[in-house]
Amino acid sequence: MPGLGTSFGRGAMTTALWDIPNADVVVFMGSNAAENHPISFKWFLRAKQKGATVICVDPRYNRTASKADWWIPFRSGTDTAVLGGLINYAITHNKFHREYVVKYTNASLLVHPDFRFDDGLFSGWDPEAKKYDQSTWAFQTGPDGQPLSDPTLEHPQCVFQHIKRIYAEYTPEKVSEISGIPVDDFIKFAETVCATGTAGKSAVFVYAMGWTQHTKGVQNIRTATILQMLLGNIGVAGGGIAALRGHANVQGATDLAVLYHDLPGYLGQPTEAHKSLSDFLAKTTTKNSYWENKPKFLISLLKAWWGEHATAENDFCFDYLPKMAAGETYSHYDIFQSILDGRVKGLIVVGQNPAVGSANARKVQAALAKLDWLVVSDLFLNETSEFWKLEGMNPAEIQTEVILLPAAGPLEKEGSFTNTHRLIQWKHKMIEPMGESHSDGWYMVQIGKRLKQLYADSTAAKDLPIKHLVWDYDDPDNPNEFDHLKVLKEINGYDVATGKPVSGFGALQDDGSTACGCWIYSGIYPEEGVNKADARLRAAPNRPDGWTEAKADGSADYLHLGWGFAWPANRRVIYNRASADPSGKPWSKVPLVWWDEAEGKWTGVDVPDMLPVAPGQVHAVGVPGDTPFIMKAWGLGGIWGPLPDGPLPVHYEPMESPTPNLLYRKQGTIPTMKIYDSEFDLFGDPERFPYVATTYRLTEHLTSGVMTRTLPYLAEAFARHFCEIPRELAQREGIRNGDWVEVESARGKVRVQAMVTNRLRPLRIGGRETFLIGLPIHWAPNSGHVQGDITNTLTPQAVDVNVQIQESKVFLANLRKVSVGG
Amino acid sequence: MNLNRREFLRLSGVSAAGAALLLFAEEREALARDLKESRIARAKEVPSVCPHCSVGCGLIGYVREGQLLQVEGNPDSPVSEGSLCPKGAATMQFAYDGVGRPNPLRQLTAKIRRPGSDRWEEIGIEEALDRIARRIKETRDASFVERNADGLVVNRTESIAHIGSACIDNEECYLVTKLMRALGVVYLEHHARI
Repeated sequence: MPGLGTSFGRGAMTTALWDIPNADVVVFMGSNAAENHPISFKWFLRAKQKGATVICVDPRYNRTASKADWWIPFRSGTDTAVLGGLINYAITHNKFHREYVVKYTNASLLVHPDFRFDDGLFSGWDPEAKKYDQSTWAFQTGPDGQPLSDPTLEHPQCVFQHIKRIYAEYTPEKVSEISGIPVDDFIKFAETVCATGTAGKSAVFVYAMGWTQHTKGVQNIRTATILQMLLGNIGVAGGGIAALRGHANVQGATDLAVLYHDLPGYLGQPTEAHKSLSDFLAKTTTKNSYWENKPKFLISLLKAWWGEHATAENDFCFDYLPKMAAGETYSHYDIFQSILDGRVKGLIVVGQNPAVGSANARKVQAALAKLDWLVVSDLFLNETSEFWKLEGMNPAEIQTEVILLPAAGPLEKEGSFTNTHRLIQWKHKMIEPMGESHSDGWYMVQIGKRLKQLYADSTAAKDLPIKHLVWDYDDPDNPNEFDHLKVLKEINGYDVATGKPVSGFGALQDDGSTACGCWIYSGIYPEEGVNKADARLRAAPNRPDGWTEAKADGSADYLHLGWGFAWPANRRVIYNRASADPSGKPWSKVPLVWWDEAEGKWTGVDVPDMLPVAPGQVHAVGVPGDTPFIMKAWGLGGIWGPLPDGPLPVHYEPMESPTPNLLYRKQGTIPTMKIYDSEFDLFGDPERFPYVATTYRLTEHLTSGVMTRTLPYLAEAFARHFCEIPRELAQREGIRNGDWVEVESARGKVRVQAMVTNRLRPLRIGGRETFLIGLPIHWAPNSGHVQGDITNTLTPQAVDVNVQIQESKVFLANLRKVSVGG
Repeated sequence: MNLNRREFLRLSGVSAAGAALLLFAEEREALARDLKESRIARAKEVPSVCPHCSVGCGLIGYVREGQLLQVEGNPDSPVSEGSLCPKGAATMQFAYDGVGRPNPLRQLTAKIRRPGSDRWEEIGIEEALDRIARRIKETRDASFVERNADGLVVNRTESIAHIGSACIDNEECYLVTKLMRALGVVYLEHHARI
């Protein structure tokens, strides 16, 4: 998540679930953990038991809200305004942690004198290209290349003064007018959160898809990172930002870069702007940070992929990597647009159901019918593999060849998952795969072997990347399996000459002598036969309630360092250097790491997230021993964080909104938002679609329901699709509980049953009463034991420019009662 | 007597799933047999992780002679300490329905839907894989861009896309990313984007 990455250097959850009980304040915003990450919620409840104030800021009174000390309802899509209001409160009431801000963040750095922010637009906006020229967002540097700064934070061009000025408009009154939160409630919220802006106190913010599924999702998260840095809450016990990932292995699949824009370990995918290996490294390496080691990681990756063929003479086969076209994106929604445009002809879908799970589902379904071929690997039939059976499809006219591969189930295979807090755990196989099913990894190995055979006789340069690919994963003992440990060892990295695993990423080299598939996972298989993902040591004694007490002297391993392996280097709270003051003495309530004067080294209850230099000294890569964000330049946290849509997050309205932007007259929506140009991409206005709609999940189901509506217990436990409708709106429309209603957006209609509720309350927005309605997303018409209409028929493909995630948490809709069921 | 949940289960053989068995005659017999000796007695405990959300709750499968008898929360897991949510508690049904028979919705063979057809046909796994590899090659060869207009080697195909998955293992994800990049696939995505 670049929201976290831009601010802290790594796009991952900053803490571990079992550290949450150390928090003084827990803020759920964009997360309904009690319902969507239910077992994680015990850690939040333990924080509450220990005296933490738990606050749930959410449009709906959900299960998380029901256990919180306060529920603060607000209008979906106004998170940035609310968080900007907290930033303003922290600054104007002098509640920020000044020493942390000055020493550990870039707040004191001076920005280019020509930087401006005016009525919703930053300097450099090009309305023709719909892009920012970011040159005025850069820091001023001295003749030595070092940035100019003002530790007093008074210089008018320093970052701190910019945020002070920009968020000054986010007064409690203005926040209230935009979000619908009453002024007094907002002030009480701000006082509670900002009371942690001192050493020894901490708050944790918890988010999930409630923050990401917006046209400004990344900037929602950025706002929280700025606030948390101002309060000194990152890298300390009970602090951080808890990013709760939606699927079992979102973190792992992202780490390993099953995503167009990246290579494993966040090395970046080359584009046509990169002429050579050295050009790529020069243009994409963050100077004065640990990233100075990037050549070692990338060259080791190329060695892992192309083995003996990768040599210094041929740039280690850098040219074998595909290069993205300049200015092009290849995201999830680009795929379906490109199928409609006739560019993409063949699609492979593994364990996903885009015909239901993607926004503007009818567009996705129409695209599938244009493919030459489609391969689907799944445990069950779903609406993607059977799109040709959906309503409105005429199979006789659809020329798509569809092949279904029966996938082995989660209990039928071994391998590792990376959980939401970067913890990698090994799963053992319980039973053999059913029928003729196989693991997706085995399918991939087999398809790769066949392609290598098909290209075996080719001498064309374009075929060498596949011909030369190191692809030897057969399990000598079992033709129906691949060799899992061989893959794990390659991910970990090994010495090319001896074939021995490397002990960690510190051992990787840039001369081709080491190979490594994903440097951040290095250390997971440090020696032959040692799989640390499978480590199951609970060294710490348990309290009667099961929770391991944190002890200052490290005698209780409450971070469970012996259970699984957490990247990087098995540390559990990243940026934990910030738990100690600049001299290395702990100021966090539970000390995590500290400088041991006698030993002359960093130590602690966690693995120190530090370059091995003393406070006051500077490491060879340019990061001082004082600063905690070692993946960022000079180790400084990015309060100022240039992204394509701005260096700071500000409030914009959602793509579909019931109100003009009450802060910036000229700029309503985020200017960089991306929408597509197809007959399916239609958008509605508040006259025709007066209600704010949102989508969400339920405990019993996962996304499109393929993995849950097919399991009898779960299908029975929650069988019906519904729409949550506020009581006041239901009364006005003559709708009773259980009535069938038709919900319509500019994209289409669904029929669902009404759930009339007090859990959604009318809000005053810009002086007008505004209603919210909500729909879960788990039903589809063909698959599973229970069926229903596809909620994503309603949602738009309006996407964030940074990550191209759709705005399905807020759109406009209308509804009416219909007489007959279904 | 002080029993933890696992020991209790082992001794009693009664579980949430067990309650559902009472409706069926053959299962009643099995239950009667189990009650004489715990259903999961002498079973091997196999640790795993829940496949639903990203919390990473520990599972334990009780396996005897290749048969999965029960799936429970792993009390040793410091993440979940033995707890499971409804989805986690239902994971056994990926393999079996509520009464010990294979989940009837599971797909156990490869299938093909031919152009213009309104039905699936069975196809052997080997034949399916051969066909997929040939189609990938065909599409790649017809669309491959080796150099851009400036002569820079770009080695990509924009005619093949791969979606998924955040539901598969790290090792599998690694194989996906490695093979797809080698083929020149740039349309490569998983759940994180939605």
